[in-house]
Amino acid sequence: MVKEMKRAVPILVTIGLVTAVAVVSALTPKELPPTPLAQLKEQYAKKRTPSVDHSKFPQLQRAFARPQDVTSACIECHNGRHTEVMRSNHWRWEREEYVKGRGVVYLGKKNAVNNFCLAAEGNELACAKCHVGYGMESVKTFHFDDPRNVDCLVCHDGTGTYAKAQNKGGQPAPTVNLTKVAQSVGRPGRSNCGVCHFYGGGGNNVKHGDLEEAMFEPTRDVDVHMAVDGANMQCVDCHVTEKHNIRGQLYSLSSMNRNRVTCEQCHTSTPHEDDLLNEHTLKVACQTCHIPVYAKVNATKIYWDWSTAGKLRNGKPYEEKDAEGNILYMSKKGTFRWGKNLKPEYVWFNGTAHHYLPGDRIEDPTQPVILNRFEGSYADPDAKIFPVKVMRTRQFYDSVTRMLLLPKLFAPRQGEGALWEDFDLLRAMEVGMKEHGLPFSGKMDFIETIMYWPVNHMVSPKEKALQCSECHTRHNSRIANLRDFYIPGRDRSPKVEAFGKGLLLLAILGVLAHGGLRVVTLWRHGKEGKR
Amino acid sequence: MSKKRVRIYTGFERFWHWTQAVLILFLAFTGFEIHGAYTFFGFREAVRYHSIAAYLLLTLIAFAIFWHFTTGEWRQYVPTLENVRAQLEYYVFGIFRNAPHPTRKTMLSKLNPLQKITYFGLKVVLIPLVVTSGLLYMFYRYPTRYGIEAISVGSLKFIALAHTLGAFLLMAFLVVHLYMTTTGEAVFSNLRTMITGYEEVEEPASTGTLEGQQA
Repeated sequence: MVKEMKRAVPILVTIGLVTAVAVVSALTPKELPPTPLAQLKEQYAKKRTPSVDHSKFPQLQRAFARPQDVTSACIECHNGRHTEVMRSNHWRWEREEYVKGRGVVYLGKKNAVNNFCLAAEGNELACAKCHVGYGMESVKTFHFDDPRNVDCLVCHDGTGTYAKAQNKGGQPAPTVNLTKVAQSVGRPGRSNCGVCHFYGGGGNNVKHGDLEEAMFEPTRDVDVHMAVDGANMQCVDCHVTEKHNIRGQLYSLSSMNRNRVTCEQCHTSTPHEDDLLNEHTLKVACQTCHIPVYAKVNATKIYWDWSTAGKLRNGKPYEEKDAEGNILYMSKKGTFRWGKNLKPEYVWFNGTAHHYLPGDRIEDPTQPVILNRFEGSYADPDAKIFPVKVMRTRQFYDSVTRMLLLPKLFAPRQGEGALWEDFDLLRAMEVGMKEHGLPFSGKMDFIETIMYWPVNHMVSPKEKALQCSECHTRHNSRIANLRDFYIPGRDRSPKVEAFGKGLLLLAILGVLAHGGLRVVTLWRHGKEGKR
Repeated sequence: MSKKRVRIYTGFERFWHWTQAVLILFLAFTGFEIHGAYTFFGFREAVRYHSIAAYLLLTLIAFAIFWHFTTGEWRQYVPTLENVRAQLEYYVFGIFRNAPHPTRKTMLSKLNPLQKITYFGLKVVLIPLVVTSGLLYMFYRYPTRYGIEAISVGSLKFIALAHTLGAFLLMAFLVVHLYMTTTGEAVFSNLRTMITGYEEVEEPASTGTLEGQQA
């Protein structure tokens, strides 16, 4: 006994020492370096102060008769900056894109086909309200090389009073005090970008679903980055801009994988503590988990049926709205459906999109036409799963030429063939297609179209991120439609299941049979023994 | 005839066996939850517990391998055809007639010939299948945090299916294994031996522990 106790002494001493060291080190407060997230928060908490006060410049202390005069005054000091704007697609309404199988194409608002108001060309007076220029009545006649037409104010106004007039090709509203606005210019804020980007499609949140009025002053629940009760970030904090080249592009208009804004530019591709979550970033975009729902505050348009457009009541166009004020029917546009707090749909996407361009022939009119098909699959190392809003529309199409029809919608007056003035569908098709330089057979039909709108904004606080079980589940998996790969919890092999379950069943049955037989025979033996 | 307590399993063996039993049961329970068969812990927790249990099992296996080789106990598992027939006949016929076991359990020979074959398969085929597929599952493009794409496999599918198959086979083994414990001298005598380490044998002679395989 004594001998054994002696042997135990060094062991006990060692254990005691290790425990003591562990306890002391655990109790000593440590100076941990700030986490990457804390560093980011600190970085964006810094207030920016403008380097100059534009109200003090004599060049701006005057009345401006025309907005072009303001632009001239800007260029006097900021010489050359207008050329940067004039290279941007905010001005040009197109980008040069190389698309595999198609070659170099010029794609932008100038010529794009969408499944909302279908096309801007021919309707510029109305659509160019959101052109960063003045007086674009037609993309064909507009002077894209005249710097005085650059609208500096829409992006740089600091008063919040600058507004563009309806249907005037981008001219400011007559009520705007140009002097005051010119003296207020500065770094663009959410309100500058929002006046156009929140109202795409002719109303709040119609197009995007994740960009809307609520993003002017969002709460943390709506958008964790832009929250006024949080980081209060501005659009250009992520859409980093250098020489008026704004990072970021939307795939309703873009094709190539370039100049994109990514979460990783701040957060890196392995931002989680948990390696298992970091592993996901190889195949899953951040947005997929961190934007569990979009259209959180106001509804977004999810379906549009143009086939009912043109109906009149007592000879007059009319509108019908739901209880929340969303338009359900409009003589000008047809029937709509809206959605709020929507779960996105999910697609593989590698950053390249293929667009339907005006005049393209539809191969299979029995299938919905995808206006911006996204490239990508599980096997594609550049592709990740992205959340998208899917816009579904029934729109006009020529059953003979198999082209989508691009009607003339807007005109300043009746009699020019515009649908919204004359309510004559066939005539609007005829005039619209002519303005696009495309044929129209006279045979108008309707076809389903689909458009993908990547959901990138309305990032939720991390507590509200998607839970594992929303995808890793056999029933109602969020990614139930993506079948080209295996994920645990959702997928099984029918063969392995059948074999495994069969084997288990055989084992259980075999054991029961053998055991039963043993019980019976032992019982008989027992009886015989007694005899 | 005197009854004698014969030591069959050492302390480590019993620790190894029961720890392994608990871990494998827990791994199966969490594993089939990850597989989507039911919801108990929730997917995320099930994955976390499954991984922790997996590391514990790997550690245990490492110790067990060390033990088997340092003690020479690995020889117990070398399969033999000797007495296989007798053992099979016992399970098919003898057991129903209250016939004596054809082989006897001793410290030097714990396993009957059928067990040798079964456990050999378990250790050489099934456990390696589950462990290898499990490791691939865990490290499949996993350590990206450290900039390593050590194992770049095109798809998780075959890893996951092999792991699932292994799990089903282990569960089938478990069912039969549990039943077989009842086929000792009495229904619970094998179980008792696995717990206490000792077996009570009726011993006519004094040298009971030398040679187990009496013909």
